[in-house]
Amino acid sequence: MVVALLLLLVVVGTVVFHFMSPWWWTPIASNWGYIDNTIIITFWVTGVVFVAIVAFMAYCAFRYRHRKGSRAEYEPENTKMEVWLTVLTTVGIAALLAPGLFVWNQFITVPEEASEVEVMTQQWQFSFRYPGEDGLLGTTDPANIDSDNPFGMNQNDPNGQDDILIEGDEVHLPLGKPVKVLLRSIDVLHDFYVPQFRAKMDTVPGMVTYFWVTPTRTGTFDILCFELCGIGHYAMRGKVVVEEESDYQAWLAEQQTFAQQSARSGGGVNDAAIPVLSEAAAIAEQGITQ
Amino acid sequence: MAYFLPSDAKNIPPAEVAEVDLYHPHSWVTKYVFSQDAKVIAIQYSLTAISIGLVALVMSWLMRLQLGFPDSFSFIDANAYYQLITMHGMIMVIYLLTALFLGGFGNYLIPLMVGARDMVFPYVNMLSYWVYLLAVMVLVASFFVPGGPTGAGWTLYPPQAILSGTPGSDGGIILMLVSLALFIVGFTMGGLNYVVTVLQARARGMTLMRLPLSIWGIFVATILALLAFPALFVGAVMMTFDKVLGTSFFMPHIVEFSQQLSYGGGSPVLFQHLFWFFGHPEVYIVALPAFGIVSDLISVHARRNIFGYRMMVWAIVIIGGLSFVVWAHHMYVSGMNPYFGFFFATTTLIIAVPTALKVYNWTLTLWRGDIHFTIPMLFAIAFIITFVNGGITGLFLGNPVVDIPLSDTMFVVAHFHMVMGVAPILVILGAIYHWYPLMTGRMLDETLGRIHFWVTFLGAYAIFLPLHYLGLLGVPRRYFEMGETSFIPPSAHTLNEFVTVVALIVGFTQLVFLYNLVSSLFKGKLAGHNPWRATTLEWQTPEVPPGHGNFGKTLPVVYRWAYAYSVPGHDEDFIPQNVPPDQIKANEGGETISGSGLAARPAE
Repeated sequence: MVVALLLLLVVVGTVVFHFMSPWWWTPIASNWGYIDNTIIITFWVTGVVFVAIVAFMAYCAFRYRHRKGSRAEYEPENTKMEVWLTVLTTVGIAALLAPGLFVWNQFITVPEEASEVEVMTQQWQFSFRYPGEDGLLGTTDPANIDSDNPFGMNQNDPNGQDDILIEGDEVHLPLGKPVKVLLRSIDVLHDFYVPQFRAKMDTVPGMVTYFWVTPTRTGTFDILCFELCGIGHYAMRGKVVVEEESDYQAWLAEQQTFAQQSARSGGGVNDAAIPVLSEAAAIAEQGITQ
Repeated sequence: MAYFLPSDAKNIPPAEVAEVDLYHPHSWVTKYVFSQDAKVIAIQYSLTAISIGLVALVMSWLMRLQLGFPDSFSFIDANAYYQLITMHGMIMVIYLLTALFLGGFGNYLIPLMVGARDMVFPYVNMLSYWVYLLAVMVLVASFFVPGGPTGAGWTLYPPQAILSGTPGSDGGIILMLVSLALFIVGFTMGGLNYVVTVLQARARGMTLMRLPLSIWGIFVATILALLAFPALFVGAVMMTFDKVLGTSFFMPHIVEFSQQLSYGGGSPVLFQHLFWFFGHPEVYIVALPAFGIVSDLISVHARRNIFGYRMMVWAIVIIGGLSFVVWAHHMYVSGMNPYFGFFFATTTLIIAVPTALKVYNWTLTLWRGDIHFTIPMLFAIAFIITFVNGGITGLFLGNPVVDIPLSDTMFVVAHFHMVMGVAPILVILGAIYHWYPLMTGRMLDETLGRIHFWVTFLGAYAIFLPLHYLGLLGVPRRYFEMGETSFIPPSAHTLNEFVTVVALIVGFTQLVFLYNLVSSLFKGKLAGHNPWRATTLEWQTPEVPPGHGNFGKTLPVVYRWAYAYSVPGHDEDFIPQNVPPDQIKANEGGETISGSGLAARPAE
């Protein structure tokens, strides 16, 4: 009796907690509302199953508890019931899988009109690169990386000359325009995630990965690294500013291109980058010596 | 022929192979230390696994202290934190759960439940334990080398695992990889024993479809282990070469802290494929024995045959097979070819179907049963609830597009703890309460057991349920501290504090269990013979605890399946597997039902 009540308490408590929980996803700022919808569908299908199973168990715990003289039924199998349960389960599973795969197909198919932005990750900071006026990102090679050329740009590639290089940890995106976020890393695995965007992908050294997103409201959002990348992983942050097209263009016009930075003596390190770089170095020092 | 109907004595074929030739120990050392008796080896595995598991449990308290009360404990710095999460994870998954289910329960239950005197390769079986112990000692040694143990996360992803930005990248990671290699060698030795014993050394009349589900679960899990662990082995060897010899299996061109390293051409994603090709079957290596054991716990304590035994066997086999084709659902955000997502999502959601069937069948065994709320039954019921919860969140993560926002958040942490940490541990605890009377001749204390059960079940549920919602919010895993964010409300920090307090309470309550284990050895109520009135062979031995050779002079002969509970037309509500059909009524005249005809005596 007590057991049945406590089982009921567990299932009721779970449902109540779910609906009353103040901890829910942060309001979305991108076009990936489909992901949220798929999560809602999944909660409904699985929630009904969870409640049904646990409530049924609570019922059995009450109705079939041992009392003097009670005896169990002997029924090795019931093929018809098992077939029915299999069919119903398969239908439920398909109901989850189908919308999920449909949206996944959208997730990996970048719209033709998407612009590109590159995120470069390293221990433990984010840097960014825009394709500039020609709309093409120049090629890079990590072997070119040095203090004068922190992005490893190929000097010979004309497409790279007008690339806009941002070494600070703040990237700007225009409102309402799809953007393909190209991701690369020069050392270990990292990940670029903005919870409000719902989209992420690991950055892998030796590869270029991607995801695409259309920001749907203005604001400043946190970027967090979402793949364990060493001791500074938790401190590897950035900011993405989504703004109206005009503000975005104005901001972009103020940034330096690769050509302009190379022309400056001593190479092009934006002032904003220096505190971030030294913080990363400080973490490295304190963290890994013993 | 209906698999659950008993066979006549005349129809049972004679034994195909000669009896296992036992090694008979003569000294204390060969009886209790370098023992070839699977029961002793089982206890050695279990004590070692539980000991190292307790170390990992304490590590989890330190992790929770940091998460709940950041900046309060100066000795838990980022370095230590990442080492703690890595060692906690690796110890729990490999050195506790795998070792305990296969090495502990496998060694104890397989010979007894199949009706054999011991494993078929007793010497190799003994060696397997000592290699496992060596693996544990090498792992512990990593705490004492410069730089300490590795802090690369239990998944040990390169390149960071062997680079200087990660704790333990000097000696710690190498000792971890060596320890894993040793573990795999030991487990291959043990695994061959478990598989061959089940296939070859079953008693007369014990067909495969008369095996208890505990054996099916352990058997299929062992096959998975033999096939999956090699992938981890080669990954570990290749990573060791990358670290020690400077090869580039997993290392592309890297610029580390402004220095050009001399690696090049390797693929970090290759490691992930190798690791998860092992890693996904690994979770079924832990889950399948739990599934099998819980089926038997429910049957015995609800006095009802497991519902749909044949489907349960097929489900175990199909889950085992499918477990090899789902691995990349751990890699949806890895940057692998996105079209793989379609394939692995489909296989992952397909595997949910046989798993769901098992849940239905456990529940349907309770239905129309005669449920005794013994402590093993309580743990079995708690398993079903927490496993359904954990399995359901797996459906979220199996869908690639849902996994994208949830990957690397606390949702994943909550999922795998619920489905691997809470549910199988509940089975282990229930199984210990269930088989302790067989192993020791005494019952565990009831009152302490009930306190232990309710605090552990409700407490563990209260720890991990809320963490799912932190994950939905976007709280990442493997973060030493959250710091300032724009999207995490202060209430999330309060929730972390609550979870930490509950975790400490549940952790300390395990002391009640440990005390019970030891004190009941001396003060526990005498169990006598077959106190749970179970049908399976391990309870039909002439001596309790079973003596050397298990079954006395003659091996049992099996006449029926393992689930003859509450069979209509019989006064007793159970018929052991080894009672001949013509002797059942005679045995029901009030005497103890025992296949060997001897009354049980507690072992001297």
